[in-house]
Amino acid sequence: MNPALKQMLNSVCVWIDSTALSQAIQTAAWVVPAVQTVHILAIAALMGSMVMINLRLLGVTGRDQSLAAVSRRFSPVIWWALPVLLVSGIILITGEPARALKNVIFQWKMLMVISAVAVTFYFTAPLKKNPAHWDSRGGAGVAVALVSSTLWVGIIFAGRWIAYF
Amino acid sequence: MNITAFFKWLESFDLSTAIREGESLFPWLESIHVLAIVLVVGSIVMVDLRLLGWASRERAVSRVTAEVLPITWIAFAAAVITGVLMFCAKATTYGPNVFFLLKMGFLAMAGCNMAFFHKFTNRNVEDWGAENPATPQGAKVAGAVSLVLWVCIVVFGRWIGFTM
Repeated sequence: MNPALKQMLNSVCVWIDSTALSQAIQTAAWVVPAVQTVHILAIAALMGSMVMINLRLLGVTGRDQSLAAVSRRFSPVIWWALPVLLVSGIILITGEPARALKNVIFQWKMLMVISAVAVTFYFTAPLKKNPAHWDSRGGAGVAVALVSSTLWVGIIFAGRWIAYF
Repeated sequence: MNITAFFKWLESFDLSTAIREGESLFPWLESIHVLAIVLVVGSIVMVDLRLLGWASRERAVSRVTAEVLPITWIAFAAAVITGVLMFCAKATTYGPNVFFLLKMGFLAMAGCNMAFFHKFTNRNVEDWGAENPATPQGAKVAGAVSLVLWVCIVVFGRWIGFTM
């Protein structure tokens, strides 16, 4: 990493660490596991919904329903889970800024999160205008399902590996 | 053989030692375990919410379970395999851990709740939701109990890591 950038990241971590909120999180031992639990439950809601949409895209389940119907049922769960993940994640970073922000696995995780959200948006946005959008694009739909599944599995694995780097 | 000796015996296997002392085997198992439990909970919640009548009301309960439960079972198998391997690696640490024991107890309760539901409540499942989205009281109770138990299982699972 660029030395200037590294220095900036360092001072950001030191600053977060010195805030009253960070100190409070570090003092109360139950906060981190409790917030991690919320983080895991939110990713469970998101993954469950993601899998249902992706299995429909692959034509494995829900073939009696249109893709648009499956997306209407499950994509709101994803858009609700994301802010919960973001807020719980920010609390966790606030409690242990250096453990996360300086961690290369965390940085990769954020890159994958941004990509996964972009893929989800790329999938859901055209359905609003045209519910049959993906029906005529067989291969593209399969690609979306595979890319998003890979990214979300990578995100979950990275989440666990942050503790080891 | 007392229980501590049994835990020590589990830890003495080559595989247990490899997982315990290796660089990366344990985090890989943990990663798969987290992915598996996320899929178990994420899928079972869909069934629970349908039983409660809070979501997927336009689909018959039997349809929802037929689609979702295969995911639950495959993920559950992966969670059990990775869980057993991690347990064997550190049996003397996990065995007496109160949160581990609570987690196992709640898993057993979730199993009983499911078995009771399938044996008794589920008999008329074909009638639920085909024309009328309502589910009987017993199904609502089963869904609510399952929801609470699985949230607790995740809580206990996370707390194990902070009490070792």
